[in-house]
Amino acid sequence: MTYDERIQHVSVLGAAGKMGSGILLLTAVEMADRALQPENKGKTFVLNAIDVSDEALSGLSGYLRVQVRKIAEKKIVLLRKMYADRKDLIENRDIINEYIFDVLNIVRPTTAIEAAYNSALVFEAVNENRALKVKLFSQINENGNPDTWFFTNTSSVPIHLIDEEAKLNGKVIGFHFYNPPAVQRLVELIQTGKTLPEIVDFAHDFAKNLKKIIVPSNDFAGFIGNGHFMRDGLYGIQEAEKLAKEKNIPLYQAIYMINKVTQDYLIRPMGIFQLMDYVGIDVMQFILNVMNPFVKDENLHSDLLDTMMTQGVKGGQYSSGAQKDGFLKYEKGKPVAVWDIQNKTYVPIAQFEKESDKMLGDLPDSAVAWKATLRMKNKEDVFSKFYNDLKKISTLGAEIALKYGKRSKAIGKKLVKDGVAHNDDDVNTVMLTGFYHAYGPINSYFD
Amino acid sequence: MKKLRRKVYMTAGYNTISLGTGRKEFNPKKPRPGIEHYIKEAGQGVLNQIGGPENVDESVIGNFMAGQFNRQGHLDGFIPMIDKKLSMKPATRVEGACASGGLSLVTGVRQVLAETAEVVLSLGFEVQNPVKAVYGADILAMAGWFQKRKEGHAHFFPGQFSDRAGAYYEKYGYERTRKGMARWYANAIENARLDPTAQEYHNTNPDPYATALKMKPNGAVFVDNLTVLDCSKVSDAASGIAICSEEGLKRIGVDKKDAVEVIGFGHAVRDITSDPTDLTELETIKFAAHQALENAGITIDQVGTIETHDCFSIAGILAVEALGLAAKGEGADYVAEGKTSRNGEIPFNTTGGLIGWGHPTGGTGVHQGVTIWQQLTGKAGDAQLNIDEKRPYGLTINMGGDDVTVVSIVFKRGE
Repeated sequence: MTYDERIQHVSVLGAAGKMGSGILLLTAVEMADRALQPENKGKTFVLNAIDVSDEALSGLSGYLRVQVRKIAEKKIVLLRKMYADRKDLIENRDIINEYIFDVLNIVRPTTAIEAAYNSALVFEAVNENRALKVKLFSQINENGNPDTWFFTNTSSVPIHLIDEEAKLNGKVIGFHFYNPPAVQRLVELIQTGKTLPEIVDFAHDFAKNLKKIIVPSNDFAGFIGNGHFMRDGLYGIQEAEKLAKEKNIPLYQAIYMINKVTQDYLIRPMGIFQLMDYVGIDVMQFILNVMNPFVKDENLHSDLLDTMMTQGVKGGQYSSGAQKDGFLKYEKGKPVAVWDIQNKTYVPIAQFEKESDKMLGDLPDSAVAWKATLRMKNKEDVFSKFYNDLKKISTLGAEIALKYGKRSKAIGKKLVKDGVAHNDDDVNTVMLTGFYHAYGPINSYFD
Repeated sequence: MKKLRRKVYMTAGYNTISLGTGRKEFNPKKPRPGIEHYIKEAGQGVLNQIGGPENVDESVIGNFMAGQFNRQGHLDGFIPMIDKKLSMKPATRVEGACASGGLSLVTGVRQVLAETAEVVLSLGFEVQNPVKAVYGADILAMAGWFQKRKEGHAHFFPGQFSDRAGAYYEKYGYERTRKGMARWYANAIENARLDPTAQEYHNTNPDPYATALKMKPNGAVFVDNLTVLDCSKVSDAASGIAICSEEGLKRIGVDKKDAVEVIGFGHAVRDITSDPTDLTELETIKFAAHQALENAGITIDQVGTIETHDCFSIAGILAVEALGLAAKGEGADYVAEGKTSRNGEIPFNTTGGLIGWGHPTGGTGVHQGVTIWQQLTGKAGDAQLNIDEKRPYGLTINMGGDDVTVVSIVFKRGE
């Protein structure tokens, strides 16, 4: 089966979810682009958008329409060439509207899993629930085409377990997008020892057409991305708890301080607590539960996350992409308050901001904002200078930041040592492209 | 063309800011002023300098595509909105693509020559930002022949002038042409920084020449032979000016010294359904500009400053050649050597031109007239040139479409 034949019949499971909708969008656009090639004229391409919720599927169509328009507007130069033989399509507007129709026309929203039985490729982006993933793949494998390939977007479940439990005989691969899939360029590719080589080849071609960067990860619960992030997040929680105790301040204040240090001092796009909110406290807890049984020398668990879940504070995002309140409360995307687990209420940051910032101390003049580093050419020099300056001052902020940087590096090193990542570079690439860090965790700034 | 049978003056020019990317106050996500605002501001800006609407006999409003950009036709109906006292007076809308502003000027001139008016309010405007650039390209493409739209580029006009640039590179060399184009851009930015209404007024790039020279055209994302810096931007703006007879000047109480006299003009149109004979020549510009000089009875070496239609940097270079300032194929060097900069042999586009000040398509021709009026009467503020007594003339060249409609006017300070 050629690439084009394989991609003619595809299903996405969990298509209306946060990750699924992005995967569906990218796949639909890729399929439409293939369908528009002269050699594929007259062939029918079908992409089943399968989800349990009719309501969510209805919202999905709206999302696709808006997103495909944006994509079409960006590639209008190419589209005019693709539709050169269509005399009836003259203006950019005509061509863009036709392309939106052509992409949406491939997508068949449905709640019936049976639709996937005819697919040559099944993409799974359902909840991070191993039993559910296995159940769906088994059902399709038993009833569908024997030649069907299975792609899973799991960020934590070992792929070989899915293969064994769903009896897929090497027809499965981990193809893990980062959130949001339409924007983030990273894909973690996870093979089991049995994954068919032709699936790996196809995955590389598919990723290339989607303009994604592939980082291979070994098949170990959490892979590279969550392997780092989960530990980094748990460390942030521990640091906040420790800080509250040592300085005799409320936990919410310590959370604010650790969040600030991890953003401003570590030069990251957001602080660690904001990132946990972004991922979702529920999702994080789910992933930790998946990973923990496979980890022997650590306990990947947090009582604080359990408490937050019990109190119903979960973070995550609305379907519009807006941030839901979690550890932090957001107004127009900016944190304005922190959750107080004692009183089950948000405490405005303004109440303790000055005092906290004073405790942390001033940043050295060489500090840079994450955003300013995006286009910087001499990043290494700037970071070296800043972290050397941090080492020279003895503020609380500097102390926390330097420890944090060292810990982040140790986590990265351990992923390589444990054989999750092939090498230091792969760890750094994942954190740079999947988490938009300004520098990889394995560096010498904190030594 | 016959000599003008009567003295015609322009005075009381006014420009709104040119709003679009580059201006600090521009935010594509926030609501912005509509066409009513621009027409009113420019109109009142002129009326305030000429003793009010009572003094106006007639109005002309130039605009290219409000029907598409703003879903609004019947634009002459907006003239009485500027001031109630313009009600029940004649008003005319004129359109000739990006030369609509130039048409507004020469229509006013003709009304004064015809002695049907002593004072004409001439306006020109375009409000393009309501439409995203990718769809705006469709609208602007209507300045070409629609039968050719299908085979044209997504960005139709950049595509047309990319072909012209490509032909020029091939004939005369890529490197030297790019140097000329980069200098054209740098001049535009440096001049725009001297005019607070210019779209690039807030531009702080320390070395625009280096930026433009470094950027290479990339046909995969834009057009083959131009970068975005070779192109004028999407702009919202309006300009206005009063066109008067001697009697009209007296009526509005403006001294001749504060006005410019229209010494001569040219106006020519090429068949829109035919391709240019030579991609490296702007034949209609050449014809109309020479017609204007001849009509004025002067030669190009008597001209002290020029406002030319640089919708694209290559159009600026080709205009230099069309005017005979440089031989064919040497316009790029002429520009690269700084001869068109504000300290050069003949300063071009001294408030930034279309690339630097902005290109509100239907308003540009009037804006050019306002800039020349400012320069020749000493009202150009920080952008003021020192006008040499031996070369007292100013020249405008306003082009519609791909060298299809051209209006060119020769001005001199009133005396």
